[in-house]
Amino acid sequence: MKGNPYLFAAYAVTWIIHIAYISTIVARYSRLKREIAELKKK
Amino acid sequence: MSAPSGITRVTLLKDLRLEWRSKDAVNSMLFFSLLVVVVFSFSFDPSAEESRQIAGGLIWVAFLFAAVVALNQTWAREIRNQVLDAYRVSPAPANSLFTAKVVGNFIFVSVLEALMTPLFVVFYRLRSLGPVWQLALVAALGTWALVVNGTFFAAMSLRTRSREIMLPLLLFPISIPALLAMVQATTAILNGEGARFWMALLASYDLVFTTVCLLLFETVLNAE
Amino acid sequence: MKKAFPILGVLTAILLVYALYQALVVAPTEQTMGAVQRIFYYHVPSAWTAFLLFFINFGSSVYYLIKRCATADIVALVCAEVGVVFCTVVLITGPIWARPVWGIWWTWDMRLTSTLVLWLIYVSYLFLRRFSSGGQTPLLAAALAVLGALCVPFVYFSIWFFRTQHPQPVMGGGGSIDPRMMHALLINWLAFSCFAFLVCWSRYRLEKLSREVDEAHAMQSLLDPGGRAL
Repeated sequence: MKGNPYLFAAYAVTWIIHIAYISTIVARYSRLKREIAELKKK
Repeated sequence: MSAPSGITRVTLLKDLRLEWRSKDAVNSMLFFSLLVVVVFSFSFDPSAEESRQIAGGLIWVAFLFAAVVALNQTWAREIRNQVLDAYRVSPAPANSLFTAKVVGNFIFVSVLEALMTPLFVVFYRLRSLGPVWQLALVAALGTWALVVNGTFFAAMSLRTRSREIMLPLLLFPISIPALLAMVQATTAILNGEGARFWMALLASYDLVFTTVCLLLFETVLNAE
Repeated sequence: MKKAFPILGVLTAILLVYALYQALVVAPTEQTMGAVQRIFYYHVPSAWTAFLLFFINFGSSVYYLIKRCATADIVALVCAEVGVVFCTVVLITGPIWARPVWGIWWTWDMRLTSTLVLWLIYVSYLFLRRFSSGGQTPLLAAALAVLGALCVPFVYFSIWFFRTQHPQPVMGGGGSIDPRMMHALLINWLAFSCFAFLVCWSRYRLEKLSREVDEAHAMQSLLDPGGRAL
């Protein structure tokens, strides 16, 4: 199979978008976890 | 249930009288669309032939932006003295209020269009090749589409932060098919071509969205 | 339930790798377009997944309007958000495919335009959810979702008619599709649907947690003796 920059770019962009979205979910999730732990401590 | 048509009429007459005394909405819309006309004329200097091609888009963009100015005012007036809350607790059906507001806005925007059209004709050297009554029909159908959705979304954006920003954000995407139909129909008629498909599309759009807005308006008005 | 998530995650990862292998190696190279055509195996499944998510968003919004059930509201929110992500993928991979094949990045052809309009409608839905405050958000959002979904047939119909009056961009030759291509396409669709389901699930858990935190804050301000609430 011949390497094709357009093909590579399309596949890469797909995963970059998905990973970026998932990492926002993870970041928000961990922040909320911390917040709820602090609330329970009080 | 009190007579819905009576409430519609009373609310409509009240809005018309308020508008007649202040002329706030119509004046600001007129000035706004005049500005749009002038600004656009800087970017194009079309011949009669070219202006037929672009006029449909130009006119409707001007009217759309102007209509948003009026639509943002619609409910603001009712918020000021808690009129809307009073309306909510009263047994008056929500839909008659909605109908009154839509008809009122329809009249305001139609007045604007009637006043602005001669200006467009003069500034852009427009001469229609198709029948003018069809243009009037397209204008009526298109204005109704904008105003029904606009009044509904204006009521919706009342409940949001920064409501003036919210209205165009909600209204424009949903109005895209209607806008496309208006622009295409206008351009087709100006060039003396048939526009039956676009008018039918616009009419069915009006029908569907009027029905659904009437069905959902009470929910939106009473949302807590 | 908690255990199901990692198991499903591993299965989806395996499926995604297998689908990638199918798309890049097993499926034959298309004759006119060459290797670029393999974007198809990511582009089309993403589009189908996005449309499916938007459809679920419509269904759960209607359900919310009838039953006022909080779960339906969360499902609607989650599907719209993940759907917008998938739709973004479609809108970005589309031009990357169009450039080498048609010679242009973007054309106002029927499918591109209607997907863009769909994307705009659901982004405005997310804006409404973001900008409205408090308990009315679900109702307003559900009403908008219903209107937006009703708009979709009009979008397709108007843009279809709009575009048939204009010259079409040169599409790759039609005709029957190779069974191996079809197989790769379906495997990819399955893999992306599983992936979308997992993402939706995580987003659902995030939303649940965020509502819990909001409630805890409200409780805190009620119970806190030094607070201003009491």
